[in-house]
Amino acid sequence: MRDEEKRTQTTHRLVTRRRLLALLGGGAAGAVLAACGGSASPTAAPAATSPPPAPPTKPAAVATSAPVPTNAPAGATGATPAGGPATKPAGAVSPAATSATAASAPAPAAPSAAAKPAANGTAAPASAPAGIGLIKGPFPGEAQTLTGAGATFPAPLYTKWFDEYAKLTGVKVNYQAIGSGGGIKGITDGTVDFGASDGPMSDEQLKAAKGEILHVPMTLGGVAVTYNVPEAKDPLKFTPETLPAIYLGTITKWNDPKLVADNPALASVNKDIVVVQRSDGSGTTYCFTDYLSSVSADWKSKVGRDTAVKWPVGIGGKGSEGVAGEVKQNPYSIGYVEVIYAIQNKLGTGLVKNAAGKFVEPQLDGVTAAAAAAADKVPADLRVSIVNQVGDGVYPISTFTWLLVYKNMADKAKATALTRLMWWATHDGQKFSTDLGYAPLPEAMVKKDEEKINLVNVNDQKAFPGQ
Amino acid sequence: MSGRGDRCFELTAAGAAAAAIATLGALALLLLVYSWPSIARYGLSFFTTTDWDPVAERFGAAHFVYGTVATSIVALLLATPVGVGAALFIGEYAPLRLAEPVSFVVELLAVIPSIVYGLWGFFVLAPFMRSSVEPALRDSVGQVPIVGTLFSGPIVGKDLLVAGVILAIMILPTVTAISREVLRAVPDTQREGMLALGATKWEAIRHAVLPYARGGIAGALGLGLARALGETMAVTMVVGNSSSRITGSLFTPGYTMSSAIANQFTEAAKAIHFAALVEVALVLLLVATIINLFARLLVSRFASGPVGA
Repeated sequence: MRDEEKRTQTTHRLVTRRRLLALLGGGAAGAVLAACGGSASPTAAPAATSPPPAPPTKPAAVATSAPVPTNAPAGATGATPAGGPATKPAGAVSPAATSATAASAPAPAAPSAAAKPAANGTAAPASAPAGIGLIKGPFPGEAQTLTGAGATFPAPLYTKWFDEYAKLTGVKVNYQAIGSGGGIKGITDGTVDFGASDGPMSDEQLKAAKGEILHVPMTLGGVAVTYNVPEAKDPLKFTPETLPAIYLGTITKWNDPKLVADNPALASVNKDIVVVQRSDGSGTTYCFTDYLSSVSADWKSKVGRDTAVKWPVGIGGKGSEGVAGEVKQNPYSIGYVEVIYAIQNKLGTGLVKNAAGKFVEPQLDGVTAAAAAAADKVPADLRVSIVNQVGDGVYPISTFTWLLVYKNMADKAKATALTRLMWWATHDGQKFSTDLGYAPLPEAMVKKDEEKINLVNVNDQKAFPGQ
Repeated sequence: MSGRGDRCFELTAAGAAAAAIATLGALALLLLVYSWPSIARYGLSFFTTTDWDPVAERFGAAHFVYGTVATSIVALLLATPVGVGAALFIGEYAPLRLAEPVSFVVELLAVIPSIVYGLWGFFVLAPFMRSSVEPALRDSVGQVPIVGTLFSGPIVGKDLLVAGVILAIMILPTVTAISREVLRAVPDTQREGMLALGATKWEAIRHAVLPYARGGIAGALGLGLARALGETMAVTMVVGNSSSRITGSLFTPGYTMSSAIANQFTEAAKAIHFAALVEVALVLLLVATIINLFARLLVSRFASGPVGA
């Protein structure tokens, strides 16, 4: 009797154990599955036929988090660029500047109240440049939904734009921040109405597309150098010589004579430099390595520019928050993050020597200055890098971020909606940039964008209706 | 009547099973197809070189494989004594009213999402390891020849060792729960026989229980290992995500296969970069499958009778 009882008990236990095994089995397979789920998302994007999605307030959640909190300054609809962070004379070395700007960023109430009249773009100021206020409401016959995918770097701004634009025109834009690579793939395969990328498409990629693709710069961003050196009271100064050398691993100590030459405070800091970079593929890395490549032949030949590169030294943090976290945790470290991320999180940032020989702090006006300096020499296709531009106030590590659209579109309703969206974003939409930490496009670039938007056509008929 | 109902149910159940198998098959096939450009282009050099350079389009994943293997072994070495020890305590020593809550809490570790482990690792464990544990290891064990290389070099706090420790905590519930079940399945006659011969409790465990449960415990470790191999999020946050060098030191910031995929997937714009990442996923799937099969083999061998002893 006892024996039999025992046996049943054992059988029961065996059964439970088998269940347990089944439950615990596929841990590793789960990771692989997750990766494949990611690959499927760009193809799953065309939601054009499905019912309009909820207001596009949040880009589809993907592991790479957006660089900036999307809900930062809500309600700052009327803030004009001038109402944002005070423009500072470039080259001025003021430790207070960063924190002053940071303080104004999360408190949008004051500037937006001052600039109220421009709200919703209905009553544009008389002095506004041409094109402002052109899009005032819905347009008959335009598509009610658009899908886009791509860059994470401008995603907070795009989210704000598409939210505002839906209020204005009723056109819902479903934007998935899946990364520039995904954006390029999406537009190449035609699974989205527009792609978005932080780096221009290569000739090879353009050839793979189903038609001629236009690059339309939408906004500007910059990359700031952040560090953790307790001894440094004033912002450290970096040059086109020292920055690549640090990331190549040829300058390994903070008291290297090349660094001390610009930063006397470092003379006594006999510490190894802990180099931090982005581990995930990112437009920020593209911009930073683009800069390093353009100022250092060594970097260009050994490493090059891309959204992910083979870093010679250092450790990687995932996302801007990962890099900032590593820098905060590790004394004597150096890293790079988006300018806006540095400003919002009050990170200590370094000055970078530009091509005109001035040390410039990472601020939005320096980024706009870089675009303005580049504006008169951009190639016709607007695929241009704006790192290391010449000009006194230019911040040298700056970049455009582009929308990618087909020049010849088949669907008239979509083409109308898309061109109107781009027109609005490059004109009225620019006023949202500063509050969210992006630099507004300079006037000259907006003109070039207009030319591109006017090129979009359906059966040789211009798609943009003009209002 | 009832025969037809039976048949219906049988077919439905078979369909469900087939769906699961088909999913795995489709997954493996998809990985193979998508990674083919990389397999064809790099062949075996994919596993022998550490040159992962998206700009120059050279892809070698040896350091990812190394990182995965190294962190998993560290995890296993740490989790085995603790996990099996806890299982022995729960199964052999603890009174029932203590055993139940202890095993409940240990198993609770399994439900914590891995991102939470990652955050804890990033903000608590890594700084602690960097400032206390790792310098101590370097100054003690690190001075011993040969073994010392494991604990040498600059300390950054995001490295293979920290990732191994996080993984050890994460696989602990797996190892404990399965070991406990395996120990429970050891017939009491084994213990009673030993005790009747005048053995102490420890001697009974050592000579009768553990040999009997050996295969099952090995299986538990295998399943823990499979989980460690695939773990992504927590590892990515503490492993350092860099270094294409294989130095032999656990203080080197490393990279695992799964963290490489998680990091680079979104921005892999070049077709060959994408293919190379998918090949990493394929390798990971194969390695995990093999280890899982092996572990199951051990467990089922044990289930059908005593091993050794």
